[in-house]
Amino acid sequence: MNRIEKIISALEETANHPAKAVKASMKETGKKAVGCFPYYTPDEIIYAAGLLPVGLWGGQTDIKLADKYLQSFCCSIMRINVEQGMKGMYDFLSAVIIPAYCDTLKCICDNWHVAVPQTYLIPMVYPQHRKIAAGVAYLIDEYKRVQKELETIAGKKITEKDLEDSIALYEDYRETMRHFTAIVSRYSKTLNAKTRHLIIKAAYFMDKRLYAIKIKELMEELKRLPEEKLDGIKVVVTGILAETDALLDAFVQNKIVFVADDLAHESRQFRTSVRSEGTALERLAYRIADHDGCSLLYDEEKKHGQLLIDLVRENHADGVVVCMMKFCNPEEFDYPIYKKELEVAGIPMLYLEIEQKMDSAEQIRTRIQSFAEMIK
Amino acid sequence: MDKNISSKQILNDMISRHYKEALEAKKSGERVAWATSIVPQELLETMDIKVVYPENHAAVLGARKDAPAFLRNAENNGYSNDLCSYARVNIGYANLKESAAGNIPMPDFIFCCNNICNTVIKWYENLAREMRIPMILIDTPFNHTFDVPGHSVKYIREQFNHAIGQLEQITGKKFDHDRFKEVMKISAETARWWKKATALAAAQPSPFNGFDLFNYMAVIVCMRGKQEGLDLFKLWAEELQGKIDRGEGPWKDQPEKYRVMWDGIACWPHLADTSKILRKNGINLITSTYPDSWTIVYDSDDLDAMARAYSSNYANRNLAYGAGNIVQIVKDFSLDGIIYHSNRSCKLMDFRQYEVQRQVQEQTGVASVIFDGDQTDPGAFSLAQYETRIQALMEMMEQRRNERLSRR
Ligand code: SF4
Ligand code: SF4
Repeated sequence: MNRIEKIISALEETANHPAKAVKASMKETGKKAVGCFPYYTPDEIIYAAGLLPVGLWGGQTDIKLADKYLQSFCCSIMRINVEQGMKGMYDFLSAVIIPAYCDTLKCICDNWHVAVPQTYLIPMVYPQHRKIAAGVAYLIDEYKRVQKELETIAGKKITEKDLEDSIALYEDYRETMRHFTAIVSRYSKTLNAKTRHLIIKAAYFMDKRLYAIKIKELMEELKRLPEEKLDGIKVVVTGILAETDALLDAFVQNKIVFVADDLAHESRQFRTSVRSEGTALERLAYRIADHDGCSLLYDEEKKHGQLLIDLVRENHADGVVVCMMKFCNPEEFDYPIYKKELEVAGIPMLYLEIEQKMDSAEQIRTRIQSFAEMIK
Repeated sequence: MDKNISSKQILNDMISRHYKEALEAKKSGERVAWATSIVPQELLETMDIKVVYPENHAAVLGARKDAPAFLRNAENNGYSNDLCSYARVNIGYANLKESAAGNIPMPDFIFCCNNICNTVIKWYENLAREMRIPMILIDTPFNHTFDVPGHSVKYIREQFNHAIGQLEQITGKKFDHDRFKEVMKISAETARWWKKATALAAAQPSPFNGFDLFNYMAVIVCMRGKQEGLDLFKLWAEELQGKIDRGEGPWKDQPEKYRVMWDGIACWPHLADTSKILRKNGINLITSTYPDSWTIVYDSDDLDAMARAYSSNYANRNLAYGAGNIVQIVKDFSLDGIIYHSNRSCKLMDFRQYEVQRQVQEQTGVASVIFDGDQTDPGAFSLAQYETRIQALMEMMEQRRNERLSRR
């Protein structure tokens, strides 16, 4: 194995075995861990408290226990999170934060207290009017409340300096990730759809400082390689997340490269920076205010479609792949609007309905294949 | 009001007049708004803006069995079948603009409050975008706490001011704060009388006739800020009190045998079937969580209280409140049973229903069943399943009653 292969396989290992990876990170750093439900939890505050933020984005567990709380038409990612919580798989976390962005998440907050009483819950609400002064002020108050809770867990006060340091570290991580996603088209074989996904995913289970170092190392190594000729299809992928393995394998087999993404699980986490002025919490709140094109944040102008069109143009992509999380209302509502806009712009689109745990990927495989053939 | 006319007749007149006037206003060049069902309509009423409520209109189309064409239209435009059917019917209607079951004027702007769900934000965003019209949003953060926290109240109150600014810009008129106070007063008073009237169902037998509640709901949604709405609820309360005094129950030809609560929205396309089966068995539907949802009560010059009131409805509060609220209803209305509608449209109601049912059951022992349905999409409902569940409910209620009798 050369150095690149070594770095990549370590990151893949992390992404494929979250619990093991988190426990290793906890041991390595001596930190307690806090679980972060999707989306946009204040990881910087958690980190500033000397705690380890860990991403909880479902998994591959069969649903049995969660049926006690949730009907079958609930999105798979939340059914799985509740299931895993009930099974005790999150017992090693000191708390979880659940932000109530959508109706499903509101209910998950409520059920959690009874379904998973052993894992302490910090519920959060983000303002939908996030761009007006009242919304920013509200969010800062929410952050302060959560900060107090985290201080109790960590057993220490968080200073402004702690927060600023943490923000600087996260800004560095976000910038690094933007660079990383930008070089994918130049190393499209090494960073195929699946590898790219796993590398980005690994961040959720590691200390961000150590993770950013790894990614930088990887990019340094890659730069030494000759660029890989891209002979496949370039796409922009959108949705909540792009899983399962079978789905990603199908992209790889059909030489479909993710030159950019608009996934909540990936680029939406790092495409927006904090502002440079203001107190630490103000800067964090303005990051939410400035973040656009996400189905979870109110936007009467609906910039989601234009964002996808811009991503396609900037990256010279051949089309857009929609990974629609089944039963996800926020994403399902955005779809008809951007679909129309993509059609007007003449951009080909592949719509895939996905669940985190799919019994058979056969149909999806066929659709990916015909899309690839159509573009070629 | 003419004393010889019943509140039911007035109700029907009012609703058809409500829609007719909105259509006429639009024709004569007035501005029309579309709004969500528990919106701070006081702001619109103060500006004398004609408002129609898409949820109510979708319910009408559903009840008159005209929803499928609009559902299909939405689906053909990429809307997943798994989305709220009120949204799908309305979005289909915004495209087709014509229903034999009744029409509404197209909006000049939309007014949205997410105290009922976050789905409406997405639905209204799409309307605003498709029609290129302004959107006003009052964001009421979900209360994972039992009460509305102070910073939420402040945030909501400031949004009222923001919305007033938007309204002034849209209409080019100044907002009249004196008129606002009057409207606030009427609105709170209407809400009080709505609550008072619906609370009379606690009498035994209940003077309510089964699904009456759903009919009168149209007025509390559409006419909360109007004197005529207030008058209607006063008259209705009077009529109900009269029935109670005369010892009259819901039906002339049969006694009220069981008293139940309905959790969730009606199945509009199957209204006749769902109510017939209950009536056949002497089951009277006397209440739901709705009387409280529109009990938006506050002092007329207290914006903080108004903000708190708009964030305090059942759907926007936590499960502990939700379950406690139903426990109270079970006691206040001496209920024998609860019918939970697992409404395919409404994730916010559904995904807490199992736990609410368990907690209510634990605390009251009341009999209950859950059935699968949908408020406007006829496909999600199975009459056979509904009948079986109601049969099961009957047996449970019967058994509880016998147990109670044998204990005496
Ligand atoms: S945004 Fe969608 S995928 Fe995420 S929790 Fe809500 S419904 Fe589920
Ligand atoms: S039915 Fe439920 S999801 Fe639909 S608008 Fe009403 S509250 Fe929202």
